Amino acid sequence: MKNQAFFLLASVLLICITGCANVKPWEREHLADYTMRGDRDPLAKAQMEHIWFSREEASGGAGVGGGGCGCN
Amino acid sequence: MNTSLLKKFAVATLLAGTFFTAQAALKVGDTLPDFASFKLEGKLPDTLKGKVVIVDFWASWCLPCAKSFPVLDELQKKYADRLVVLAVNVDEKKSNMEKFLQKHAVGFTVVRDAEQKLVAVVEPATMPTSFILDGEGKVRFLHNGFHGEDTRKEYIAEIESLLK
Repeated sequence: MKNQAFFLLASVLLICITGCANVKPWEREHLADYTMRGDRDPLAKAQMEHIWFSREEASGGAGVGGGGCGCN
Repeated sequence: MNTSLLKKFAVATLLAGTFFTAQAALKVGDTLPDFASFKLEGKLPDTLKGKVVIVDFWASWCLPCAKSFPVLDELQKKYADRLVVLAVNVDEKKSNMEKFLQKHAVGFTVVRDAEQKLVAVVEPATMPTSFILDGEGKVRFLHNGFHGEDTRKEYIAEIESLLK
């Protein structure tokens, strides 16, 4: 009974794993869109960084290279 | 349901997951599929046989693609009828491709894989990805991404080696 439950759980987990979306390089149009950028609004970015600094006593490290398209 | 059946089911699920998520991309030594069977938008060159061909997969939203276009155009002009540059666009919207081409006008052939069927078979690892084919249509060189002058120099060296 215990074995059956284990294999049933393993099977369900495996099915879930295969359901993970794998975004192909040619499907990243929406990820590469300007609106997906976290830093598109300078004022909002400054406010968020201020909140982050006040709360965590740390700053920086929020930037990423590229625009999300995963190019190169 | 007995345990051995569950075990078989688990293994089958794992194998199926592996098969559907990790298909191999086209690599050096392979032959590209026949473009004519993919209903690409735009006119394909009459013949590619006997010519060095650069097949470049690109999209309008990809910044390195914009950087690569002047270089590909330069190569097309330099090698004229000994080289065919065939750029395959993978944009979802045709208007995005057209806007891009208005801004980056080029003299080489551009077609659009509107249904994204060719690109799904070729599976380029990045945008852009370019394949350099020899006169027999075999992939001889592969470029993932575009890295400015380094890639340009590599293109020239590779084209020259195939034209010898």
